[in-house]
Amino acid sequence: MLIKNLKAGQILSLSGTIYTARDQAHKRLVEALKNNKKLPIDLKGQMVYYCGPAQTPKGRVIGSCGPTTSSRMDEFTAPLLKAGLKGMIGKGNRSAEVIAAIKKHKAAYFTTFAGCGALLSRFVVKKEIAAYKDLGPEAIYRLQVRNFPLVVAIDSKGRNIFKTVK
Amino acid sequence: MRIITASKICDIVEQLCLQANFILRPDALNGLKSAHKRETKPLAKKALDAIIANAFEAKRNKLAICQDTGLPAVFVELGQEVRVKGNLKSAIIKGVESGYKKGNLRDSIVSDPLLRGKPGFKPAIIHMDIVPGSKIKLTVLPKGFGCENKTQLKMFKPTVKIEEIKKFIVDTVRSAGADACPPYVVGVGIGGSADYAVLLAKKALLTKLQSPNSQLQAELLRGINKLNIGPMGFGGRATCLAVNIKKHPTHIAGLPVAVNISCHALRSATKTL
Repeated sequence: MLIKNLKAGQILSLSGTIYTARDQAHKRLVEALKNNKKLPIDLKGQMVYYCGPAQTPKGRVIGSCGPTTSSRMDEFTAPLLKAGLKGMIGKGNRSAEVIAAIKKHKAAYFTTFAGCGALLSRFVVKKEIAAYKDLGPEAIYRLQVRNFPLVVAIDSKGRNIFKTVK
Repeated sequence: MRIITASKICDIVEQLCLQANFILRPDALNGLKSAHKRETKPLAKKALDAIIANAFEAKRNKLAICQDTGLPAVFVELGQEVRVKGNLKSAIIKGVESGYKKGNLRDSIVSDPLLRGKPGFKPAIIHMDIVPGSKIKLTVLPKGFGCENKTQLKMFKPTVKIEEIKKFIVDTVRSAGADACPPYVVGVGIGGSADYAVLLAKKALLTKLQSPNSQLQAELLRGINKLNIGPMGFGGRATCLAVNIKKHPTHIAGLPVAVNISCHALRSATKTL
């Protein structure tokens, strides 16, 4: 299914590769883009998951791994979309700037079951370090997921399931 | 004088860290279950299904309920007739560190707030109270930062109308929106000084989910649930499970009010020695 054809409110399950990235990784990626440096991962057509997993228990693929608050990544999101990123997974609403960038680049923002890290760990079949190992749980991990539950929160037309409560 | 060794306290704190992070507080779980019964919106109901399933998954497999295992806070009520043999504060910090390592919880603490650096497991925040008696009560609260970031304090005038206070509390939840994992438990601290009101708001989260027993509580709960943020921000009835309020005497010139929101994964564990 093409990302640009998704509709806000749709429930999906995702199988494939996603990359974790949160505050410090975003800061580094955007700094690298600013300085015209090569990124440690190729963002083209990829999806990032705002997640810093707990430690991995013995015999498991990953520890608890739910989404973190997306709005902290708002200031870094437009440059990453410009660099080819196609989707973000997190929790909570996004800024007007991010919504505009999602429309411009025909991307989408997804949410998943927030605060359900134990449950979500069942849908991750492989975890490996991809970049910034020194950041510990904030490093970029490459995850293979199978049937990972998603809800389309903001689609490529800018439709948004999180209404701004006034 | 009763003697308790620091190493005993270290062991207890370690156990409490595991219990709090793996087993959702029964009152929080019950609150979620009754919210599930009341919810009619399909996506909101699905979200509550997932939250409840997650609590069982975490307990069964000894997994962290949430990957954000917090900047753990340890509340100590130390009886003045207890003598702790050894270093109490180091024992608590060590207990948290080893509990978090053993439980495969998350290393979320950076040693310098400005320089950041590689995160680790220490130090936990410690709140110490000296109380009468010969017991020691230990509580571990592993509160995540998604909701901690939404904390607010306002220093009102002593002549303020109660409506303004209610508006401040409801607006704090409104501005948290879907960000901090609703349905929330809202801790409110009223009175004391600025610092004390903030601490009261957090301590309010340690008591059982309160069903409204004052007009203020009932109105706050109604006002917050009218926001229609709903579970995970999907809209719906359950934006807030309970409003827990703690009050304290204050100064004639002021009326501090603090709000400390907890996500739906309200975790804490207590043991008295």
